[in-house]
Amino acid sequence: MLWKNTYNEFVKILAKPRSYIGLAALTLLILIILFAMKADGRMYISFVTASFEQTLSFNGNILNGNLIAFIVLQMLIVHIPLLVALVTGDLLSGEAAMGTLRMLLTKPISRSQVVYSKLIAAAVYTLILVIWMGFLALIVGRWAFGTGDLIVLNSDGLVILNYADILWRYGLAFLVAYLALMTIATLSIAFSAFADNSIGPIVSTMAVIILFTIIGSLDVSVFDYIKPWLFTTHMASWRSFFNDPVPWKAIWESVWILLAHNVVFVSLAIFQFKRKDITS
Amino acid sequence: MNQEPIIEIKGLQKQFGSFTAVKDVSFTVRKGDVFGFLGPNGAGKSTTMRCMLSLIKPNAGQIHIFGKNLFEFRNEILTQVGSIVEKPDFYKYLSARKNLEIFARISGTAVSTKTISETLDFVGLSGRDRDKVGGFSHGMRQRLGIAQTLLHQPELIILDEPTTGLDPQGIIEVRDLILRLKNEQNKTVILSSHQLAEIEHVANRMVIINKGKTIIEGSVSELMNAQETLLSIELQERSQDAFQFLQKQFSALKVEVISPKTLEMNVERNMIPAVNAALVNAGFAVVALEPKRTLEDFFIQMTQS
Repeated sequence: MLWKNTYNEFVKILAKPRSYIGLAALTLLILIILFAMKADGRMYISFVTASFEQTLSFNGNILNGNLIAFIVLQMLIVHIPLLVALVTGDLLSGEAAMGTLRMLLTKPISRSQVVYSKLIAAAVYTLILVIWMGFLALIVGRWAFGTGDLIVLNSDGLVILNYADILWRYGLAFLVAYLALMTIATLSIAFSAFADNSIGPIVSTMAVIILFTIIGSLDVSVFDYIKPWLFTTHMASWRSFFNDPVPWKAIWESVWILLAHNVVFVSLAIFQFKRKDITS
Repeated sequence: MNQEPIIEIKGLQKQFGSFTAVKDVSFTVRKGDVFGFLGPNGAGKSTTMRCMLSLIKPNAGQIHIFGKNLFEFRNEILTQVGSIVEKPDFYKYLSARKNLEIFARISGTAVSTKTISETLDFVGLSGRDRDKVGGFSHGMRQRLGIAQTLLHQPELIILDEPTTGLDPQGIIEVRDLILRLKNEQNKTVILSSHQLAEIEHVANRMVIINKGKTIIEGSVSELMNAQETLLSIELQERSQDAFQFLQKQFSALKVEVISPKTLEMNVERNMIPAVNAALVNAGFAVVALEPKRTLEDFFIQMTQS
């Protein structure tokens, strides 16, 4: 029954225009970034490298597909949570708002199976978003700008990564970015289990992200204890793969914290959904 | 009629916070019944129906369907149940057929494409199966809702206020469908309503609830015939003469002249043919006899008796 309902979830997601907004917006944003970099990328790069030109000499194709993919990831990882929440926040509460939830729950399928099937559908949808982003950023970026060494500016300074040492980093970076986005998906599903309207869980999810991000960026000692435990602190952990050496310990910590959040949010969704009286 | 109980509800209670929606509802539905679940708005019908489908968990009481505890054997029981709660809602962005395919897939029974086509045909929607449900009228959605309940050939069909919001033609169509389910497919049907006439037309047994409590349960014909009804008698002329005649013939009954052509009298339902025969034999031209009884009147009589 779980897989049959999961199939149903895919049918519904594919038929909903809302599902394509995310993909369309992502495509448009990436194409705009690619166009902007093609048109004025040299100036952008020289602005970044200007402070190092006294001591370093940059040769070769700096503005390459690898750098474009990094820029795209950096720019969009802030916006993609909204695109994810737009679809996943609607999965349970949208059914309640439409009245189809009571039709669904009069069928011989358990409530946890309903949540799991929606979770699987959300996971696949989020994966498609990430793969599409990776394809456009890395494959199309490489096709349009060629390949070369990746120069990344981080808090420790300038990191130069050999072009042969990059693809595995992107693979793992996308994987951790996917886990971060799944945390958003499970959070919005948890909110969705409490609500009977579509918009509430989407807005609540975004509100939590904004709140946690603000807490994370405030330099106030009282928040120092909770900052490491906020999932938003670990949303950008994918960047760590572009450090040399890679800080594996910190990455694993982030992965465990994001996984723990996923488990908590899914458990909360199932707990609430199982005890909920369907009055809508 | 087979007497095997299909649904047994005992002492059902449900509270939402401090509000008690259902205080003490008990009734039994037998195999082959078209069972009317009657009560005024706010009586607790929908809450009871939702409890019967495990949409709402009761605070107390027992629900046994097909002899099994609903909350222990939920999935097994729901495989044999088709239902509409309040109004049937569908995925508006999908076609009628796609909607049915979605619900068929999780019905617990293998439903073929042929069965879906036949069911759409049964409810008169075969020509509109590829149309998106968003463009359907309320009546068409109601019929699609009934199709959805029938897809997996359930033993028991639960319909909550199936004629709400329908025009007179739609009401007749739904009534006909219910009667066809009983007569052609031998289904057990339970339908709720706040309209006595609706239940009278299709049900053989009924329960009446009010303020969350069972008032009475029994055979529709027995319950209806045993109660007094206000009978409106329309004549071609001479209502005054008819008034005197009826007073003489049925001295125990209260008769009243309403207009030169209309009389009203309180009479037990099973006496209506005798009143008609007496008037016709006495040479009065009877145009119409119409029992006028509202659910409220019926409740008052029930609670008084």
